[in-house]
Formats: sequence, C-alpha cells, structure tokens
Amino acid sequence: MNSDAVLLEIKDLRTYFHLDEGVLKAVDGVSFNIYPNRVLGIVGESGCGKSITARSILRIVPAPGKVNGEILFHQNGSTVDLVTLSPHGPQIRGIRGREIAMIFQEPMSAFSPVHTIGNQIMEAVLVHERVDKAEARRRAIELLTHVGIPMPERRVDAYPHEMSGGMLQRAMIAMALALRPQVLIADEPTTALDVTIQAQILRLMKKLKSEIGMSIIFITHDLGVIANMADDVAVMYLGRVVEFGSVRQIFRNPQHPYTRALMKSIPKIGEERGAKLASIQGTVPVPLDPPRRCGFADRCPEFIAGRCDVDVPPLIETEPGHQVRCVLYEN
Amino acid sequence: MWGYVLRRVSYMLLTIWALSFVVFVIIQLPPGDYLSTYISSQQAQGNTFDDAAIAALRRQYGLDGTFFDQYWKWITNFLQGDMGRSFEWNQPVTVLLAERLPLTMILSISTLIFVYIVAIPIGIYSALNQYSLGDYVFSTIGFIGLAIPNFMLALILMYVLFKYFGLSAGGLFSDQYATAPWSLGKVLDLFQHLWVPVIVIGMAGTAGLIRVMRGSLLDELGKQYVVTARAKGVRERRLIFKYPVRIAINPIVSTIGWQLPRIVSGETIVAIVLSLPTTGPLLYRALLSQDMYLAGSIVLTLGVLTLVGTFISDILLVMVDPRISFEKKA
Repeated sequence: MNSDAVLLEIKDLRTYFHLDEGVLKAVDGVSFNIYPNRVLGIVGESGCGKSITARSILRIVPAPGKVNGEILFHQNGSTVDLVTLSPHGPQIRGIRGREIAMIFQEPMSAFSPVHTIGNQIMEAVLVHERVDKAEARRRAIELLTHVGIPMPERRVDAYPHEMSGGMLQRAMIAMALALRPQVLIADEPTTALDVTIQAQILRLMKKLKSEIGMSIIFITHDLGVIANMADDVAVMYLGRVVEFGSVRQIFRNPQHPYTRALMKSIPKIGEERGAKLASIQGTVPVPLDPPRRCGFADRCPEFIAGRCDVDVPPLIETEPGHQVRCVLYEN
Repeated sequence: MWGYVLRRVSYMLLTIWALSFVVFVIIQLPPGDYLSTYISSQQAQGNTFDDAAIAALRRQYGLDGTFFDQYWKWITNFLQGDMGRSFEWNQPVTVLLAERLPLTMILSISTLIFVYIVAIPIGIYSALNQYSLGDYVFSTIGFIGLAIPNFMLALILMYVLFKYFGLSAGGLFSDQYATAPWSLGKVLDLFQHLWVPVIVIGMAGTAGLIRVMRGSLLDELGKQYVVTARAKGVRERRLIFKYPVRIAINPIVSTIGWQLPRIVSGETIVAIVLSLPTTGPLLYRALLSQDMYLAGSIVLTLGVLTLVGTFISDILLVMVDPRISFEKKA
C-alpha cells in the first residue's frame, strides 16, 4: 500500500451544524485515506457521525451543516479539495455520481415513488454523458442485468412500489455504478434488508468491486458485515475516529475501550447459553457544544479522572497501521 | 381500469337519481309555493282571486298534481333538456342559464387560473426559502388573505377604487356594453372589469393554496429520494422540479376536478356585492321566491357537476400517481 496511490485523503474533517441551541459537532476532526480497490469500513452507533462523514465527502450535508477541513480527491495526477467547492456548483456535480457514487440505507425511500426505476437510472447516465435516451435506456437495462435483476427489460419500466427491497437495493447499486465510479460510498446498504437478502447484496457488491476495481467506503453498525467486507476499519464515536486499523487488527486486537465493548456485545457461537450479552452503559451523548475531553469518558469502564476529561486524547499508533485515540496507550 | 370506470359511472347514475329526488324535496320543503307567494303579493295590492281562478293558475303552472306527479314531470323533461320555466322571469330556465353561464364560467376559470398561477410559484418559493424575508412576507399576506371575508375585500376594493381612482368596480361591463351584442370592444371591456372580481374571489383560494403547496413541498424536500438525486450529480433546480415539486403538486392536480361545480356556481355573495351577472345571485333569488324549477335545475346541475368533478379527480389521481391503483388486490 503505497501512499502515492491514495485516491481520497480526508484530513481533519469537521462538519458542524450551527443551531439555535449551540454548535452540533457531528464530525469533529476525522482523518482517513481511501486507497484504490480497498474497502474502508466505518463502524459506530447511530449518531456517531458516520453518515455525516459520508455526506460531507459528496458535499450533500443537510442545512445548516458546514464542512471544514480538507477532502483531497486525487485523479489523473491532479488534486481537488472538495471542501473548497461550492456544494451546488458544476465541479462537485461532475464528481457526484461519476467519480464518487453513493448508495443509501432505505432502498424503498431512496427512489422517487412516481418515476420508474429506469428513468432514475437513465438520469444518472444522462446527467454526465452526452448520450441519447435510447442509449441510456439500453445502458440501464444492461446495468439491471448486471446486478442480477430478472427480466430487466420489464423491470426497467417498473415503479419502486412494484419491487421488493432487495431488488430495489440491487437497482440502486446499478444506478450508483452506472458510470463506474472510483469510489462507492455505501451508507448502511443492507440494514433495511432481510438477512438472506443482505448476504446476496454483500456478495454482489464484492463481485462488482473486483470487476470495476473501485474503492468502497462501507458504513454500518454491524460488525459482522464489517468483518465480511472491509480491508480497513475506522471505529467512530461521537464525531471522531477512536480506533483505526486493518480488519485483522481491529478484530484480533481491539484496543480502545469502546471497540472492546463493541466486540463483547457480539454473540458468539459456543458461549454459555442464556448468558447475558454485554452491553455498553448509557447512551451516545448529543455532541452539542461538546467539552474538550474524550467523548467516551462517561461510559468508559476504564475512565481515569483528571486524564480522560481534560483534553481530547491524541491518536496514538500502537503498531504499524493501528491507531487508537485513548490515554491508556500514552507512554 | 375500464371496469372501474364502468362501475363508477353506474354508481354515479344511481347517485344522480337519488340526488334529483332530494333536491326536489328540499325545494318543496318551505311552506307554500310560488303561486301562494304570488297570490298573497297580489292580494296585498287589492286584487282578489276566486277559487276557480286560483285552480286555473295552479293548473297552468303545473302545481296541481301530487308531489310525485310534479317530480316525474320535472325529471322526465329535465332528461330531455327541458329544465322547465321560471315563474318569476317567465322564461325557460335554459334561456336564463344560457345568458349567465358563459360569463360565470369565464369569471370562474379566470379566477382558477389566477389562483394556480400565483399560488403555486409562491408556494414553491416559500418552501425553498423557508424563514427568509420573502417567505415571511408571503405568509403574512397569505394569512391576511385567508382571514378577510371576500365580500369585505370586495367592499374595500370598491371603495378604494371609487374614492381614489374614480372607477366603478361593480359589474362585468361598462354601461354602454352591458346590453350590447358581443364585439371586440365588449370583450376588452370585460377584461377591464374582470380583474377586480378575480382578485376578490381568488384571494382566499390563493392564500390557502400557498399554504398547501409550501407545506407539502417542505415535507418532500427532506425525503431520501431528493438526496439520492443530488448524489447523482443532478443540478439542484432540475432535481427540485423533477422530484419533490412533482410529488408535492400531485394532490393539487388531482383535486382540480372538485373545482368543477364552483366554476358553474360562482361566488354568490361577492357577485351580489359587485353586482355580477353570474349564476350565484340567480340561484339566490330563485330560492327566495320559491321559483322551484329554476332553483331545482341549478342545484341539480351543481350536484351532477360535483359528482363528475370527483370522478375526474379520481381518474387524474391514478394518472399522476403510479402508486394508486383501482384494480382490486387479490
């Protein structure tokens, strides 16, 4: 993995919402790199900022969110900082869908209910390429075939309510991959689906990834899915990355107390029956004007007064490629 | 779909028949009839009638039969296009309506177009610029428009126009054109008069529709499919009009059929205040004087149009929203 090949460099990303009640720091200093053909898993509870991180990259953060920091997108030897682009301008629109595409959690609501699937897939092509409608339609049918939708010539004219959730998620993947993007952001793509359908969708995504040779940012709260899909993992808590490493490092040697707690909350085969599954005390606080301290301090079993609550812990490299944001690893 | 249409049409015929009966009952409901009103007014002037004369008049007006005889006569003639004679005007009802209906429809359709053209863009603007200065200004005007009864607005406008501009705001024509045959000058004159009633009648509807459009568009703007389109790189203005506006406008488009009876009836109170020659005041006077064939014909026509309008709305709803289906699910 050589750093020259990095595709997307996210440096100190901060996405704040200036509300009447105060400043909501949804993403507060997140950094990571996306390399070609690799899958980065972002894992965390609801409200930890993982979806806002993804939306910040495409600059589709809901109002009044403000994106700061750097999002460097390297392509063909040139570099653009996506943070500096106007969120409605032509430059970012040229990247959305074409270079960086996104799929969403609820396939049922992610498609417009009054337009056909084909119309919406064709739009993805027509926005970026100068082709006529017949060609776009031909491409849409081809894409639907590719993602394993039976009878694509008929399904292309179907409305979303006429299709199942799994089929719609396939259609959404087809739509996202219409222009063979370099990066696919998948925001909980399987959360709303049945387990059997989940497995099919994950298999499809893996297959398409190796065919197209794209990178995936896979956002989920499901550690099982992360283990299945990701090469690298970023564990997020309260708007910050608290641990980063390869999937092996994170699962074999979780270091942050939060990551360790997450691992304990997964049921394992062979454990005593009827034993109570470990859970993390308390809830994720709302990052409204958060104090400068470790976000997990209130819930942490290894909380150290006077150290965890005085500053944000730095990100410490504990082994090559494995970083953790916790004072326990300070020398 | 065709099976549904057929079923709906047959229900409609049944409803219309029931409606005609109810209309007739209601019109007969007040004590006495046109003749008794007429006779008492004649007696007040010192004219006397003997029983034979009254019976002759009764026969002449067709008021001598039983209730059912009268109903039967009315409804069979109605089906043949003969709506009976107006006692008061001493003219066939069809002639009276032919005079007033075209003007009523011109006024109502102009008002409808005014309401849609003004309200929909403002509603869209207000939703896209929620809590902006423009949104507040339009909301304030909208609330005032909703709160002022339109006859009041008519009186205020008439007063202001007369006092400060020396214009008379009543009627649809200037005096020299009122009884003149149609000509280019008369048409232009009509349009010069039309705007006052259009604004007065359209005010409340515009204000209401702005609220509806703003509210339903705000609901749609935050939906996931809008984000999806944005993530595809679609231009903001294009995606707003293609997706959320298209969906928010559905209920407005599909309820357009409900405007049908209103197009024919016109506003009664405003028409009386502004002395507009429309069907509203005609129905009002017919009801007062128990001019039963005239009143009955207008009310029945409005009822039929309500049914037809609802039917059109239902069909439109299927056309604009693919999620709605009339086929019975198995």
